Amino acid sequence: MDFGLSDDQTLLQTSLSRVLNVAAPLARVRRFAEDETDKASDVWDALASLGLPGLVIAPARGGMGLGLLDAALAAECLGRHVAPIPFAATSVMVPLALQDAGTTAQCARWLPSLAEGACTAGLAVSEHTGAKEDAGVRYIDGRLCGRALFVLDFAADVFLVADESARLYLVERDAAGLEARSLVSIDRSRRLGELLFRAVPAVCLPGSENPLVLQRTLDRGRVLLAADTLGAAQHMLDAAVSYAGTRQQFGRVIGSFQAVKHLCAEMAAALEPCRALLWYAAHSLDLEATDAHITACHTKAHMAEVGKFVAKTATEVHGGVGFTDLLGLHYWFKRIGLNRQWLGSPERLRHEAARAQGYA
Amino acid sequence: MDLSFGSRYATFRESVRSFLALHGASAPAVPPDLRALPTLRWQQRLLEHGYAGRAIPTRYGGYGATPDILETRIIAEEFAEAQVFPGLSGQGIMMLVPTLIEFGTEAQREQFIAPTLRGDLIWCQGYSEPNAGSDLASLTTRAVLVGDEWVINGQKIWTSTAHLADWMFCLVRTELTSPKHLGISFLLLEMSTPGIEVRPLVTMTGDASFNEVFLTDVRIPATQIVGGRGEGWKIANALLSHERGMLGNPNVTLQRFNALVDLFRQETIDGRRLIDDPVWRERLLKLQGRMLALRCNDLRVLSGRLNDRSAPLAAMLVKLEGTELRHEVEGLAIDALGELGVLYRGSPLLRDQGLWQQHHMYFLGLIIGGGTSQIQKNIIAERGLGMPREPKLAAG
Repeated sequence: MDFGLSDDQTLLQTSLSRVLNVAAPLARVRRFAEDETDKASDVWDALASLGLPGLVIAPARGGMGLGLLDAALAAECLGRHVAPIPFAATSVMVPLALQDAGTTAQCARWLPSLAEGACTAGLAVSEHTGAKEDAGVRYIDGRLCGRALFVLDFAADVFLVADESARLYLVERDAAGLEARSLVSIDRSRRLGELLFRAVPAVCLPGSENPLVLQRTLDRGRVLLAADTLGAAQHMLDAAVSYAGTRQQFGRVIGSFQAVKHLCAEMAAALEPCRALLWYAAHSLDLEATDAHITACHTKAHMAEVGKFVAKTATEVHGGVGFTDLLGLHYWFKRIGLNRQWLGSPERLRHEAARAQGYA
Repeated sequence: MDLSFGSRYATFRESVRSFLALHGASAPAVPPDLRALPTLRWQQRLLEHGYAGRAIPTRYGGYGATPDILETRIIAEEFAEAQVFPGLSGQGIMMLVPTLIEFGTEAQREQFIAPTLRGDLIWCQGYSEPNAGSDLASLTTRAVLVGDEWVINGQKIWTSTAHLADWMFCLVRTELTSPKHLGISFLLLEMSTPGIEVRPLVTMTGDASFNEVFLTDVRIPATQIVGGRGEGWKIANALLSHERGMLGNPNVTLQRFNALVDLFRQETIDGRRLIDDPVWRERLLKLQGRMLALRCNDLRVLSGRLNDRSAPLAAMLVKLEGTELRHEVEGLAIDALGELGVLYRGSPLLRDQGLWQQHHMYFLGLIIGGGTSQIQKNIIAERGLGMPREPKLAAG
């Protein structure tokens, strides 16, 4: 038994962090946040040179063929840097759904360019984690009608869309009858939007007749969002510890006061077990273990609770300056906030975990 | 990542299972009477099969196996699954035996280890004092060397099983001029020595599981010291981290969580099972998520020890998070049972012999004992996160 990361996995995180330190410092994230048209292609290209977009895509399609655990480790790095690039949908959920359920032609058409980073894919599935307003997509006579809210990796060239029966369809951004409308969220490090379908021609992934394809896709996304939160929360804790080690009041650094020290200890004690939980959840999906779905639901739900606690507490440790825009700590706070709501709130995910165990 | 235990361990697990199938029925009920013959016979059987004293050398009455953390874990898992008493685990076996192996003289090992493993010698631990709790190193019980005897005066408190014990291992101040951490020695006293008085302390659970111990001119041979003079703090600390890992064990909590799920399936309110009520179910699942995280954390810590890849922060938080979680698991049963939850021993309608209430209170004790949650937070912040220590008010 070896419950830990391999040398290659540690190296992956080190390499990504090194590139992100240079390509996506906070100043770069701020520029992205302030300019709706910015696609952060400089950051994207820097990461593409490491092979990030093709991390999990099969080598035969131009990718590296790594597992979800590797993808989760990458997501953790992106969260730690509040990186302004798409990842969960475009580089993992959509390519793996294509590999699971697409035709050879669909895979040949999209996977190589996704692996290369030449195009990006979004995912419109949020109606399956709680439909809001009148949202919902129907497939009638070869065409999609309806509305899909809260699309992941919204600034994409192609979308994978789930209809009401959980079947998956590919739709290109410039397809006739498709309208893409931006939504403005608190998290300005990622783009968010909705899609309106007015009889849009679409092709089904044939394998998605099996509803497990969508479930597995969602579970992968849940683990990746949890990983993103882990990285973001770790950054906030590190920042709080570091700030408390330099800020002085009453003639001593505030980190020597137990009131402050205990807040940091509570954050660390809550956060550190999430690391092992996340590895286990990602690895379980890689192994297609029987408890993988339950674990994915629990992991995202628990990570969301811990993330919320750390985001609030780390801000408090910074005092007034934590509340201002000066340090930019709020970018991490907001990243954690969006991850919490996407692909199922903690309450909803715990309900799913209960159902999967026969409790509900 | 490799979550398999390997085929050698699969074989080992099978051998534990067949032992339990063959002999499990002769195990005493939990909690066992420590002095009763069936308990001692069961302990003897465990020693013979290597399920007790597994890694202790045979010359000291152990089984002499190469230490293997995974085997230890498999034994624990299988005994828990079969709900069979896994053998004596008092402070003598858990704390003193490893101490003697690491720091004792050959004569001490020969005298004490085998009878302790057999359950013939019961030990208690004399560490805390009325004015030395979280700040244990400020303890003031004194031992003075007079001729070839230590003469001991002082008081110990929270001494579990002192009312049953044959011997006590304790920390006493022997070097008055040394700094406080360097003035402490580790002594062994026989409880029948004149001058020792044990007064039971009744806890909030209603049990008298620990005691005050008064020491008045207690005289013991000078040889009954473990390690050198002034080395007591070092020796005690080598063992404390071990104790803290035991105190929040999430795998034991799993057994209680499963019992909680059974309770939720059986008990009804307004004719509806608790498990069918979304509010109670949500609270149950929330605890399950936390428990899952701690169980994964436990695997990481265990694997880190096996593969020489230490995760100090992950190990440090186990006592803090594990005892709080266990307290909440017990507490949820009480909440969910409503008025039935407050019934206690001797009452009609009592559920599970009152264990939910008893454990709920007992684990509040464990949140405090073995280093309070606040002390754990200091340790996590200072040693885990490298935060500055509290400035000392005065030296010494």
